[in-house]
Amino acid sequence: MNSEKVVFGFFILLALTLNFGFFIGDIDNIAHHNVYELFAALVVSLIATVLKFGDRTHLGAIFLATSLVADLQLLMAALIWGYAAHISPTGLDTEATVAIVSFSGGALLANIVSVILLLAETMTVRR
Amino acid sequence: MPDIFYVLLRRMRTPLIVLIVVYSVAVLGFTLIPGQDAEGQPWHMSFFHALYVVSYTASTIGFGEIPYAFTDAQRLWMMFVIHLTVIGWLYSIGSLLTVLQDPAFRRLRTEYVFQRSVKRLRTPFYLVCGYGDTGGILIKALADEGIKAVVVDRDENRLNALELNDYIRRPLGLLADAAKPAVLEMAGITNSYCIGVIALTDSDQTNVMVALSAHLLNPNLRVLARVESAEAAASIRSFGKNEVINPFETFAGRLAMAIHSPGMYTLFTWMTGVPHEPLREPLFPDRGLWVICGFGRFGTALHRHLEAAGIPMQVIDPDPITNQTPAGAIIGSGVEATTLQQAGIKQAVGVVAGTNDDVSNLSILMTARELRRDIFMVARQNQRDNSVVFDRADIDLLMKRGDVIAHKIFALLRTPLISDFLETAREHDNDWANQMVSRILGVVSDEVPYLWEIKINKVRTPALYKACLMEQVQLRDLLRDPRERVKSLPAIPLLLKRDGKATMLPELDKPLEVSDRLLMCAAWPISDEMRWATQNENVLHYLLTGQETSGGDLWGRLLQNR
Repeated sequence: MNSEKVVFGFFILLALTLNFGFFIGDIDNIAHHNVYELFAALVVSLIATVLKFGDRTHLGAIFLATSLVADLQLLMAALIWGYAAHISPTGLDTEATVAIVSFSGGALLANIVSVILLLAETMTVRR
Repeated sequence: MPDIFYVLLRRMRTPLIVLIVVYSVAVLGFTLIPGQDAEGQPWHMSFFHALYVVSYTASTIGFGEIPYAFTDAQRLWMMFVIHLTVIGWLYSIGSLLTVLQDPAFRRLRTEYVFQRSVKRLRTPFYLVCGYGDTGGILIKALADEGIKAVVVDRDENRLNALELNDYIRRPLGLLADAAKPAVLEMAGITNSYCIGVIALTDSDQTNVMVALSAHLLNPNLRVLARVESAEAAASIRSFGKNEVINPFETFAGRLAMAIHSPGMYTLFTWMTGVPHEPLREPLFPDRGLWVICGFGRFGTALHRHLEAAGIPMQVIDPDPITNQTPAGAIIGSGVEATTLQQAGIKQAVGVVAGTNDDVSNLSILMTARELRRDIFMVARQNQRDNSVVFDRADIDLLMKRGDVIAHKIFALLRTPLISDFLETAREHDNDWANQMVSRILGVVSDEVPYLWEIKINKVRTPALYKACLMEQVQLRDLLRDPRERVKSLPAIPLLLKRDGKATMLPELDKPLEVSDRLLMCAAWPISDEMRWATQNENVLHYLLTGQETSGGDLWGRLLQNR
């Protein structure tokens, strides 16, 4: 058993599930989306990204790329939330909510790709 | 991406994760802990505010308790956050510095920087393996000529010396073993701007390996290797178009030449001199018995050369059996007066101190001078650092091995025609050489003559190339002064090479042809004047016809139409 793989697999899956938990619900109803879940998804996604730093394999490079995409989308979602809640005069309205949830949806897709890659890598390992 | 980034990223994984965790825990804590607003109502910090507070706390800016004064629970958490984030930062920055300071990482970094600068070279360069005495002189000469060099050496001190030297075109240096092909590849052996490899390390094995790698990695490269044993020399000569230099052989050959034909020796030293080197006076040793102290590899080679020239010798050596000295050799080192007297110092015309120890060499000469004031003294200097004492010792002829070899290599590199010239010069006698020396003395001042090559082709000498195609250009025309054509420039055409055939001292009325190569010899400023005429059509036109044209193409057409 490779402990590095366990840790990485754990964080990738955790990022996906947290992301999914945040994403699910009505796209225009902020009550269905928990801010703590978004925060957790972002932190876990960042950790998963750093875990892929310095991996010279081709698959490692793709992992890093998909992770960076997920980070970027979650970060955008968080920024929109912060802007809407504190700076925008209209507050956290439907428009902002839809934007936040769609960005997290994008991140979810990237996370799914990561997990598919992880599965493909696991399948090809013969030992 | 180069290795160096992967190493850096891999080593920074843990510190970065620690930072992310520390920040997220701190932010999360602030959003969970309830506070009180100005009216005493319970209030929860949002992620936005929490991140703001943590940001200024962690960076130790410290901004107070905003937007409302903290409750005690928040202050407790704040204390925890302060310590946590400071430790997190200290750890991360400490790790980063450790990685940057790590010797392995630093080596990777210097290698990366070196590799990148080699790749960026956009001028032809030589790859020099070994920066010892010879390498040092050679690289200085190359740098003064404006030729780039890349140096590989295993000794850190020597590379530091390279960095400290004040060269016009700074050579690139790499601390590595030249025997490894990967190192040579890094140093640009496969680079298309690499024009040659010079192997000067003190190990024959390494030099052979360098020559071999050069031949396999880039077969068109010119390879010059310093080799001390005959086997290694044969193995290098067996492939490619390599040139081999045996330091003992070269050095002994030069010294023997100084003894049996001093005029030729002077000519050779001047021809292979490094530009701007002061001119040394010609030597006039007498013919007669020579005493040679030391019969190692150098003494043996010298003995062979002198014997071929028919010069009588007496050898002194402390160990005649291992060194296989010729019959009649005196046992001793030469530092004592008795051995020198036994060798017949009273009748001898000259003494050669040729051991591999500088102290013995100096001591031999001092003893010899005590016995006979007017004897011609020749010393072999092994260590460059000893120059100060050797220069003071007032020795008639001082042979520095590094100098001789570096100059020979430099001459071979700079203009290949010099070796053609010297090859042909060998066939002449000493009187011919003396005449040449006095002719050269007539055109130079106090520096060694500057030798350069004029190649008649479209790129290097466009004006001359055009003129040669259209009309007859004589060598004499080229030698006219561009400022006043009735005068001629003080320059000597040494050699003309046409279709692989070399003509020594070509006639002045010889018509020039396209793709001729000329070896010229003059003082350094004269070379510029001559280059001017070969490149500028107006100047050349004046030299050929005496008519001055100052305009360009349009002016020329107007004149023709009139």
